[in-house]
Amino acid sequence: MSTINTQTLPLLEVQDVSKYFGSVIALKDISMKVYAGEVMCLLGDNGAGKSTLIKILSGVHRPSEGQYLFEGKEVHFTSPRDALNVGIATVFQDLAMIPLMGISRNFFLGSEPTKGWGPFRRFDVQHANHVTREELSRMGIQVRDTGQPVGTLSGGERQSVAIARAVYFGAKVLILDEPTAALGVKEAGIVLRYIAQARSRGLGVIFITHNPHHAYPIGDHFTLLNRGRSLGTFAKSEISREELTGMMAGGEALEELSHELAEFARTDEKAAATLAEVAREFGAEAEGLHVEQLPAKFTGSEQQYADQLPPTDGEGKR
Amino acid sequence: MSVITSERMLRTNPLRRLLVRPETGAVAGAIAVWIFFAIVAGGSGFLTSRGVSSYLSVSAELAIQAIPVALLMIGGEFDLSIGSTVGATGMIIAILSTQFGWNIWASIVVALIFAVLVGMLNGYLVIRTGLPSFIVTLGTAYILLGATTGITSIVTNGLTVVNGIDQAPGYSSAHAIFASALGGGQQFPIEIIWALALVALATWLLLGTSFGNWIFGVGGDAHAARNIGVPVTRVKILLFISTAVCSCLLAIILDVKFTNADVLRGQGNEFYAIVAAVVGGVLLTGGYGSAIGAMFGALVFGIVEEGIVFAGVNAEWYKAVIGLILLLAVLLNSYVRKLAMEARR
Repeated sequence: MSTINTQTLPLLEVQDVSKYFGSVIALKDISMKVYAGEVMCLLGDNGAGKSTLIKILSGVHRPSEGQYLFEGKEVHFTSPRDALNVGIATVFQDLAMIPLMGISRNFFLGSEPTKGWGPFRRFDVQHANHVTREELSRMGIQVRDTGQPVGTLSGGERQSVAIARAVYFGAKVLILDEPTAALGVKEAGIVLRYIAQARSRGLGVIFITHNPHHAYPIGDHFTLLNRGRSLGTFAKSEISREELTGMMAGGEALEELSHELAEFARTDEKAAATLAEVAREFGAEAEGLHVEQLPAKFTGSEQQYADQLPPTDGEGKR
Repeated sequence: MSVITSERMLRTNPLRRLLVRPETGAVAGAIAVWIFFAIVAGGSGFLTSRGVSSYLSVSAELAIQAIPVALLMIGGEFDLSIGSTVGATGMIIAILSTQFGWNIWASIVVALIFAVLVGMLNGYLVIRTGLPSFIVTLGTAYILLGATTGITSIVTNGLTVVNGIDQAPGYSSAHAIFASALGGGQQFPIEIIWALALVALATWLLLGTSFGNWIFGVGGDAHAARNIGVPVTRVKILLFISTAVCSCLLAIILDVKFTNADVLRGQGNEFYAIVAAVVGGVLLTGGYGSAIGAMFGALVFGIVEEGIVFAGVNAEWYKAVIGLILLLAVLLNSYVRKLAMEARR
């Protein structure tokens, strides 16, 4: 897929974009391209600058330096509405949905279809319900009652309504801010499938996540951020899942971690022994004071304390 | 492509859907208190046309303020200045018409413009300061009350009630529109029509227009609504204007009906209107409710207030009953909201 797309003009491109907040360098010299019909995964740990970058892409912030191009032309957005108008839709983590409102009312909030004219212009509820049902079924969800409050939907369903809404309102680029962050395994899988569907409908998708296990199966390209800088952009063929995970955490740091974990495992055994010793002393002291009904936890054995510690294996876990 | 059918959407119980409608509680409440007083006070005039007229009149006067207050509360804000706005706009009409000899229609126009400005000020202060509307409008309420009393006292040499509005030019046409009675000797005041027209307009606005969708949106989550492109500031300011203008409408009706204005007129209405809206199923936290519910909330209020008089009990007891009904309604609302937010089974 990417081999065809790289021939064409990128939908969205940033060149050497930097963002400073006062003396803090939030982003430095980030370059990234997104093509139609591909998923660009933006990966990074907490504080890597993912949020700052998507706020620039979605028009919330303006870059301090660098260029932002949309369909080859430089753009200067002053609000998310500007970005939306050219076709860059961002699904933020709060999803911009009102829990107590029905699905179709949420779907069209702020862009209601109307019929009639002048003072008799009214919200075309039937059309709204029809389109909502249609669009959701194109995403693979059947809705019986489009008046059902969004609050009764599961997290994954809500996410998919938000994605369907962005797609319906003519998004060319869909920016998804950690759509799988708060979801269970199955729900995350459903959302990943909607992302795949948005891609197959020709959208450029920017998928922000800190979970390489969600990013790898769906992504075509991966841009890694670390401490406000880009570690580079990789095509899927150039990088394995393990390398991706390693780079995200900063490979050396991860290795160090595995040593540390192994060290913990050794010290844990010592700690358990020490704890049991202390407990026995405590118990003896209490007996000396004629304390009756001594709680069982003061008389534990070494094995009991070892059991309570988190399980570790010698290799260290990823 | 496989299709996922959420198991939550399969079964919807029609009874449950009726229960989660915001106005259901108020309709049931109105029927219940009506039956109660029909039994208790049926023999002493509650069921006569005079009785019906009296509680419909009280209910209509309350509904004229409770309906826009319900919309404002759905939009997530309170307005505690509506009582003082009645006093202020009523006094503007009275002073201009009696002390300065204006045509009553001209003074009505000035009062309406004043009401629009009060609403804009309330809305602007709430949006700009980001403070709770509860406290901002409490401030404007006292400013209005104090200024109205002070200015009236200066203009009229120490009066707080201005009489003689029926002497103003244009009074007879104003009386026909704002204070006439319907149906021969039945004496059903025309304010009932005003209230019904208002509830029809508000319901259409809320459910049938984009603006109505925005009201639910800004009340449900103003931040999310703004992100998706709803003009939150405009919606809220327009809602504050509507409560002030409807308070002015009530002031006009009462001025013309009683042919006088009182600086204290309307005091307490700000809370009665909230009670009617809440009894009508409007959530205190915003984002949910209906204008029809607020109308029925006002009806419950009117039936209880007048029913107690017909039952021959000290009229002040009605406040105790209203308080009790309010508490029950709040409990019912939180239960209904829970039902609405639960997966439907």
